[in-house]
Amino acid sequence: MDLQALYQEIILDHYKSPHHAGLREPFDAEVHHVNPTCGDEVTLRVHVEGDLVSDISYDAEGCSISQASTSVLADLLIGKRIEDANGIHQKFVELMQGRGKIEPDEDVLEDGIAFAGAAKFPARVKCALLGWMAWKDATAQAVTSAEATR
Amino acid sequence: MTVETTALQGLLDVERIRADFPILARRLDGDRPLVYLDSANTSHKPQQVIDALSEHYAMHNANVARAVHQLGAEATAAFEESRDKVAAFIGAPSRDEVIFTKNASEALNLVANTLAWARGALEIGDGDEVVITEMEHHSNIVPWQLLTERKGATLRWFGLTDEGRLDLSNIDELINERTKVVSLTWVSNMLGTINPIAEIARRAHDVGALVVVDASQAVPQLPVDVAALGADLVAFTGHKLVGPTGIGVLWGRSEVLEALPPFLGGGEMIETVTMARSTYAQAPHKFEAGTPPIAQAVGLGAAIDYLSAIGMAKVAAHEQAITAYALTRLREVGGLTILGPAEAVDRGGAISFELEGVHPHDVSQILDSLGIAVRAGHHCAKPAHHRFGVQSSTRASFYLYTTPAEVDALIEGLDQTKRFFKVA
Ligand SMILES: Cc1ncc(COP(=O)(O)O)c(C=O)c1O
Repeated sequence: MDLQALYQEIILDHYKSPHHAGLREPFDAEVHHVNPTCGDEVTLRVHVEGDLVSDISYDAEGCSISQASTSVLADLLIGKRIEDANGIHQKFVELMQGRGKIEPDEDVLEDGIAFAGAAKFPARVKCALLGWMAWKDATAQAVTSAEATR
Repeated sequence: MTVETTALQGLLDVERIRADFPILARRLDGDRPLVYLDSANTSHKPQQVIDALSEHYAMHNANVARAVHQLGAEATAAFEESRDKVAAFIGAPSRDEVIFTKNASEALNLVANTLAWARGALEIGDGDEVVITEMEHHSNIVPWQLLTERKGATLRWFGLTDEGRLDLSNIDELINERTKVVSLTWVSNMLGTINPIAEIARRAHDVGALVVVDASQAVPQLPVDVAALGADLVAFTGHKLVGPTGIGVLWGRSEVLEALPPFLGGGEMIETVTMARSTYAQAPHKFEAGTPPIAQAVGLGAAIDYLSAIGMAKVAAHEQAITAYALTRLREVGGLTILGPAEAVDRGGAISFELEGVHPHDVSQILDSLGIAVRAGHHCAKPAHHRFGVQSSTRASFYLYTTPAEVDALIEGLDQTKRFFKVA
C-alpha cells in the first residue's frame, strides 16, 4: 500500500493550514454536505459576480484528504469564470473516479494533482470529492438565484 | 508495559483458538500479518462454521417446512435444531420464543413496526412515550423515531455522563405512566459501556412499559440468560458471534409475541389463506414470512456450538482481560483520549478514542498500511459522538481470538501514525 502516494506533502500542507477557510460574507448560496460513511462534513458558501466565482468560503470538519481537497478547490476556483471553474471541476472528478489510471494535467489542476494517489484508495475518493460536490451544488444554486433576480 | 512483563489473568488458549480461524493466518499487502481489531463490526468465522455452511449446501440443501422429501426433512430438522441451540444458548424458556430475522436491525424494526400496528394493550398513540438512550446504535434509534412520528407519540432518551455511562438521575421523570416502550442497548458498540438492564427493566415494568434490549454486542461476549434479564424482547445479530451474515435473532416473551400482530406477510407465516383474509401461524412462524436464511441459521447453530464448547464465561473473561490490557496501554499514548469508561469495569470489548491532531480516517489508513484493521467514523452512533463533542472516532474491538501482542501492535501503530503526521 502506497501511503506516500496518498499522503503527498502538498496534501499534508493544505491539511495543516487550509487556504481560504472560514465562512465569509457576502455569498449567494450556502450548502452543507456530509459523507455518510465516515461523517465528514462541510458547509460551503459561494459568491458569484456576473460570470465570476468571486469567493468560496467554507467550514469543514473531516480527514486530511477532505480538508486538503477543499482547500485546493478554493485556491483553484476563486476568481475563475464559472464556465472555466466547471471545466476544472470536471477534470478533478474524472481524476478521482479514474481508479488511479488517469495522468492529471498540472496546468489545469495545479496542487490538485496531488490527489492522483488518493484515487487508488476507493474508500478515500468520497473524502476527496466532498468539498467539490458541495461547490458544484452551491454554484448551481447561486447561478439559479442570480438568474431569478436578474 | 508489554505482555512479556504481565501475565494476564483470564486469557484463553488463544493460539489454539486462532488455528480454527483461517482468515487470521492471512497475509495482507506487504506480507503483513492481519491484526484484526474490528470484531465489534463483524467477527471472523471458525472453520467449523464455514464447514457447516458448505456441508448444508453440499449435502442437505432444500427449502424448509414445505418439502416432504428427505432433503427437505433434513434441512428442516437442521434449521429447527438451530432454533433449539439459540434457545438454550440465551436461556429462552421456550424455543417458540426464538424468531429468526436477517440481522439485529431487522429484529428491532420488527418490534417497532408490529408495535405501530398493534391494537389493545400494546397500542401506541398520541401522548404516549418511547424511551431510548443517547448511546444507541442507529438501528435502535431510527425505528423508534419512525414509530413515534407515525403514531404521534414522543421519543425521549437517557443522556450520558462524561464517563460514558447512562445518566439515570432523571429516571423517575423519564420512565413514567405515559411510557409504553423502553428500548436500550445492553453493551454499547461505541463506548463499550455495559448498562444495568435489570434495574431499568424493573422501573419500566413498574409503569407497564415494554422493555426491548439491543443485545448485538452482549450476546457475543457475555453469558446470557434472557429469562433472568428482565427484558420482554431481545435482539441480536449472528455475524458478530462467529456466525454467518444474513441471520439475526429476536427473542420475545410468549405473551408479548402473541399480542403483537404479524410483521411481513407471505409463505409460512399463515395458518390458512382465502382470497378475502388469512389467519396466522403461532410464533415464531408468525414473524418468519418467506424462505428464511436456512444455511445461515445452520451456520449460527455451529457458531453457538463453537462458543458453547469454549464456554461463554471464559469468552467473557478473555474479553475482559484483553480490554483491561488495551485500556492500560492506550492510556500510555500521548494525545489519546478514550471515549467511554476508562476502566475495565462494566465494560465490553470496544474502545473508541481520539488521537489529537490526526483524524480517525487517517489513523485507520495508517494502521491499515501496517495490517491493523480498526474502524473509523461514527460507528452508527452519531448522537453518542455528538454528546462527546466529536464527529468521529477510531475504534479498536476485541474477541476471543485477540492476543495481547495485537494490542501491542496497535500501540506501536499509533506511535507510527503520530510520527507520520508529525504530532507529538
Ligand atoms: C449495538 C448494535 N446494535 C445493532 C447493530 C446492527 O447489527 P446489524 O447490522 O447486524 O443489523 C450493531 C452492529 O453494527 C450494534 O453494534
